Amino acid sequence: MTAEATLPSRWRFGRLTGIGPILALLAVLLMVIAIRQPSFYDPPSLLAFLKRAAPLVILAAGQYFVIVAGDFDLSVGSLVTAEVVIAARLIDGDPAMTWPVVALMIGFGLMVGLANGLITTALRVPSFITTLGMYLILVGAVYTWTGGSPRGALTEEFRLLGRRGIEGIPFLQQLPYAVLVLAGIATIAVVLMRSDFGKVLLAVGGNPRAAALSGARVNLMRVIAFLISGLFAAVAAVLLGGFGGVSFQVGAGLEFTAITAVVLGGVVLGGGRGSVIGAMLGAVTLEVLFTLLNLFGVSGALKSAVQGLIIIAAVAIGRTRRN
Amino acid sequence: MSGMRERGVWVALAATLTIGGLLVYADGGALFGQSSTVSMLQRAAGLGIVAIGQTFAILAGSLDLSVGFVISLTSLIAAETMAGSNGMVAPAILAVLAVSAGIGLVNGLLITKLRINAFIATLGVGLVIKGYLEHGYAGPAGSVPASFQRLGYDRIGPIPMSFLLMVAVAVVSWVVLKRTRFGHHVLAVGGDVDVARLSGVRTDRVLIRTHVICSLCAGIAGLYLASRLGAGAPRVGAEGGYDLESIAAVVLGGTVLAGGRGGVAGTVGGVALLAAIDSVFNQLAIDPFFKQVVRGTVIIAAVAVYALRLRRKEALA
Amino acid sequence: MLLELNGISKSFLGVRVLDGVGLQVRAGEVHAVVGENGAGKSTLMKIASGAHQPDAGMIHLDGDPVSFRDPRQAQAAGIGIIHQEFNLLPERTVAQNVFLGREPTRRGLVDLRAMHERTEELLASVGQEGISPQATAGTLGVARQQVVEIVKALSLDARVLIMDEPTASLADHEVELLYALVRRLQERGIGILYVSHRLKEVFDLSSRITVLKDGKLVTTLDTAATSPEALVRHMVGRELAHYYPPRATATPGPARLALKAAGNRKLHAIDLELRAGEVVGIGGLQGSGRSSLARAIFGVNRFSTGEMFLDGSPLHVRSPRHAVRAGIAYVTEDRKAEGLVLGQSVLDNAMLALRAVTPTVAGRAARAVGIRELLAGVQVHAAGERQEVRFLSGGNQQKVILARWLAMKPRILLFDEPTRGIDVGAKAAIHDLIRRLADDGAAVLMISSELPELIGMSDRIVVLRDGRVAGELPAGPPEESVVGLATGAGS
Repeated sequence: MTAEATLPSRWRFGRLTGIGPILALLAVLLMVIAIRQPSFYDPPSLLAFLKRAAPLVILAAGQYFVIVAGDFDLSVGSLVTAEVVIAARLIDGDPAMTWPVVALMIGFGLMVGLANGLITTALRVPSFITTLGMYLILVGAVYTWTGGSPRGALTEEFRLLGRRGIEGIPFLQQLPYAVLVLAGIATIAVVLMRSDFGKVLLAVGGNPRAAALSGARVNLMRVIAFLISGLFAAVAAVLLGGFGGVSFQVGAGLEFTAITAVVLGGVVLGGGRGSVIGAMLGAVTLEVLFTLLNLFGVSGALKSAVQGLIIIAAVAIGRTRRN
Repeated sequence: MSGMRERGVWVALAATLTIGGLLVYADGGALFGQSSTVSMLQRAAGLGIVAIGQTFAILAGSLDLSVGFVISLTSLIAAETMAGSNGMVAPAILAVLAVSAGIGLVNGLLITKLRINAFIATLGVGLVIKGYLEHGYAGPAGSVPASFQRLGYDRIGPIPMSFLLMVAVAVVSWVVLKRTRFGHHVLAVGGDVDVARLSGVRTDRVLIRTHVICSLCAGIAGLYLASRLGAGAPRVGAEGGYDLESIAAVVLGGTVLAGGRGGVAGTVGGVALLAAIDSVFNQLAIDPFFKQVVRGTVIIAAVAVYALRLRRKEALA
Repeated sequence: MLLELNGISKSFLGVRVLDGVGLQVRAGEVHAVVGENGAGKSTLMKIASGAHQPDAGMIHLDGDPVSFRDPRQAQAAGIGIIHQEFNLLPERTVAQNVFLGREPTRRGLVDLRAMHERTEELLASVGQEGISPQATAGTLGVARQQVVEIVKALSLDARVLIMDEPTASLADHEVELLYALVRRLQERGIGILYVSHRLKEVFDLSSRITVLKDGKLVTTLDTAATSPEALVRHMVGRELAHYYPPRATATPGPARLALKAAGNRKLHAIDLELRAGEVVGIGGLQGSGRSSLARAIFGVNRFSTGEMFLDGSPLHVRSPRHAVRAGIAYVTEDRKAEGLVLGQSVLDNAMLALRAVTPTVAGRAARAVGIRELLAGVQVHAAGERQEVRFLSGGNQQKVILARWLAMKPRILLFDEPTRGIDVGAKAAIHDLIRRLADDGAAVLMISSELPELIGMSDRIVVLRDGRVAGELPAGPPEESVVGLATGAGS
C-alpha cells in the first residue's frame, strides 16, 4: 500500500454508507412516531416494542448468515411453526417437561439447519430448492403428526421467556427476558461477523472459488450458516410460542418477512455484501413501520401491501444511489 | 444435453404411475379409473398452466413469486365482472388478461429498469396484491355463469377441458421457445445476459416479456379456478401454494433455477409427477398432509439427482 | 477511409478516460492499438462498437457520420467486435451462437435449416469445416470457440472487425490459426482494429500502430518504420532498462518439492523437482496439462498415481487447505474468477488465506499491521486499504493476491500466467517480485504461454505435451526449442 493512500476516515465513512440508508429510513419513521405518539419513547413501552420485535430481529440475523454466504433459507417460517406445535404437544401442560423440551427445540432447529446445509453442499441442490422442500416437509410433517390441528398446551414456565421479564427495575419497571435474549443473540451475531469466521464467510459468499483456493472450507462455512439460521429460528420459536397461542399460523410467512428485513438492511441477495447490523436494523425498521401503521389506524389487512411497497422502494432507491 | 434431464422426470412419472397403480390395485382401487383420472388431470391443469408461465421466467434467469396472488386476484376479477351473466364472459376474460399482463409488465419493469432483484420485486408486488385482497375481500365474491363453468367441468371422454387448455398452452409455449427468435433469446438471456446484450439481443425487453407471459399464465389459471369454484376466491392462490409449487414443478422438470437451460416439456412432466403422487395418495387414502412431506422429499431428491448427473458428465468431459 | 474516429472523449463518474482520441482504419488494413492498462483502449473499442457512447467526438463510416446507441446499431452498420473474454453461450449450439440476435426466420419461425447451412458456409469460408454447426459451443476447445466468435462477427457482413486481445487465452500454436484467419479477412477487404498486449503479434500483423497513454493519443506509427523498443518507449514514456530481473546466481538449494511418476486423469508419470531458490518455468500448449499440474500439486485435482515429496517426506495433498498448511501457494490463471473476492476490500482480500486457514481471536490487530507492511512491500497502488479490489488495475490486483500468499510464508509458490492481461510496467514489478521470492529461498513454479516471459524468467524450463514431460531445457533456450518440445515438431 502506498503511503499517501491510507486514510482511516475514508474507510469509516465507507462502512457507514452500507447501513446509511436503513438508518435514515429508521430515523424518519422514529421521528414520525415521536410526533404522533411521544409516549412510545417511555422506557416501558419502548421495551415492550423491542420485546415484540425480538423474534423477527433474531430470524433476520439468522437469515443474514445464510444469505451472505450466498444461499437462501425459506424453511425458517415452517420451522418456527413446527417448533411451537411440537413444544405444545410434548409439554402438554406438564411444567416438568418445559426445559427438556426447550433443549429439544434447540436441537431440532440445529438438526433442520444441518439437513439444509448438507443437502445444499454435499448434494449440490440449490438452497432455494432445498429449503423450499424442507418447508413442504416440515409443514406436512407437523400436520400429519398432529392430525390436522395442534394439540397439547404450553406451560406458564415456557411462556416466561416470551411474556415476562425481570421485575422491579427502577425507571424501566420490567426488563423483558425477550429483550435480554435479543441482546444476547445480537451480540453473538456481531461478534461472529467481526471475527475471522465472519470475514471468511463474506468471502465465501462473494467468490466461493477464490475462498476455497485460499484454503477456506467453503462447504463447512455454508453448513455453519444454515446451523446458525436453524438455531436462531428455534430461539425465535421459543419467544413466539410464549407470546401467543399455539397454531399452525405462528410462523407463516416469516421466512419472507425475514428476507425482506435482511434486504431492507442493505444486504445483497447472492451473497458477499452487507452487514448483520444492517439486517437486524432492517427487521427493527419493519416492526416500527407496522407499529406506525397501527398508530395511523391502517387496517391490518393493508399491512402486507405497505410492506411490499416499502421493500420495492427501499431496494430501488438503494440501487439508484449506488450507481 | 438438456434432453437427458427432461427425460428423467418422465421416467420418474412412469415409475410412480406403475408402482402407484399396483399399490392402489392391491388396495382394491383403480388409479386409472374414470373419476380418479379426471381428478388427476384436473389437478394437473391449474398448476400446469402456472408452471408453464413460470418456466419462461426461470429460463430467462428470473422467477416470479407473485403468481399465487395474481391467481386469486384474477379469479375475483373474472367472477365479479361476469356477475353471473353470459354476456360478460368475454369482457371478463379480456379484463383478466389485461390486468395480469399489466402486473407482469410491472414485475418486468421493476427488475429491468429499476434493477431490483427478481425475488424481491415479485415478492413485493405479490405483497401489494395480497394487501389489496385482504383489505377488500373477506371471502368468495362474484359468480360465474353456468356457461363459463363448463371450462372447469366439461370433458371429452376422461379428458377434462381444462387439461386440454393446459396442453394447448404447453404446445404454444414449446413452439415459442424452440422455434421463435424470442424463444431463442429467452434461453440466451438466461444463459448469459451480457453475451446476449453484446450480441444485439434487447435483453430488457425479453425479460419483461417473459414476466408478462408468466403473469398471463397465472391469469389463465385464475380464470380456470373461477370456473371451477363458480366464484372468485381471495385466498385460492396462496392456499394452493401456486407460487412455490410452480417453481418446484419447473425445477422438477429439469430446468435449471439459474436459467438458460431446460424447457416446457420437462415442466409438464414435473406437474404430471406431482399430480400423480397426489392421486396415488388420495386413492390409498393416506393422510393428506403426508403427501406434502413426500412432495418436499421428491423435489429435493430430483434436483440432487440432476446435480449428480451433471457432475458425472463434467467429470467425463 | 473505412472507419474514422475523431476527437473521441469519454468520462466515467467525472474521470476522463478518453480525451480527444482519433484514428483511421483503411479497408484491408490491420490497425493495431496498444497502450498500458488504463490507457483507454477498451473504452475506445467499446465506443466504436456501440457499447458506450462518446461524450464528444465523431465517428465516420465510409465518410458518413454515424452514431450508435447500442451494439445492435453498430452491428447493423457493419462493425463487429470480438471481446477479450469469450462471448459464447456454452449451452447453445454453434449455429445458435453465431446467429444469436439475428436468427433467420421463415413465416415467423426460426429457420433452423437455413441457420445451420449458413453457419456451415461461414465456417467453410474461413477453412474450418471441422466444426459442426450443431455442436454445443461449450464442448469445443478454446481456439475453436475463438473461431466461432470470428465467424459470428463475419455473419454480420462486418466490414470493420474489432479484435480486443483475441489471443489472451490462446496458446502459441493456436495463435497461428488466428493469424491465418486475420490474413484471410484482410484479403476480403475487411478493416481490422487489433488491440493486444503482445508486441510480437502487433508487429507480425499490423500495418499501422496507434499508441494510447492515459486516455490520450500518443502517436500513430507505420509498423515498418518502428521497432518494439521504440514502441515500448511510446507506451510507457520511458525506456525499460531490463525486461527481466537477473537469474539466480547461487546454485539452487535442496529439493523442496519432488514428484515421482505422479499422474491423474490429465497427467501421466510426471517427474519434477522444484529446488529452493530457483524459478522453474512450465511450458507447453494450452491443454498440455500445465494448469492441471499446478492444480494437482495444490490439491484441487489430486494426483491418483505416483508420489509427491515435500522437503523429502512423502505428502498426499488432500485439498487446497491442506496444501496451504503445507506451505504451498497458488496464484491462479484467472484472477477475477478464482483469485479475488471482487466486492471485498484490498485488506480483506489480502487477509483471506490467513483468516481462512489460521483463524484467531487474539492478535488480530498485529496481524493487520503485518498485512499492511506486505501490501506496502509489494507496492499496491490503491485509494486505500478499504477500496474494493474490483476498482484496481490488473497489476495491482495481482499484487494483492501476492500479499495474501506472502502472509502465509510459503516455501513453494505456483504461478499460473502471473502477468496475463497486465500492462508493461506492472509486469516488470511482478517479475521482480517473483525473482525476489526465489532469491529468498522459495521454490517457484511458473506457467506461462508467453515465450519471452517463460524464457526470460526461468532458471530451467520443463515443457509438457499431452500431460507428459516432453523435455527439460536449461536457462535461456531459443524460442524454437521450447516450441519444438511443446508441439513435438523438434523430436
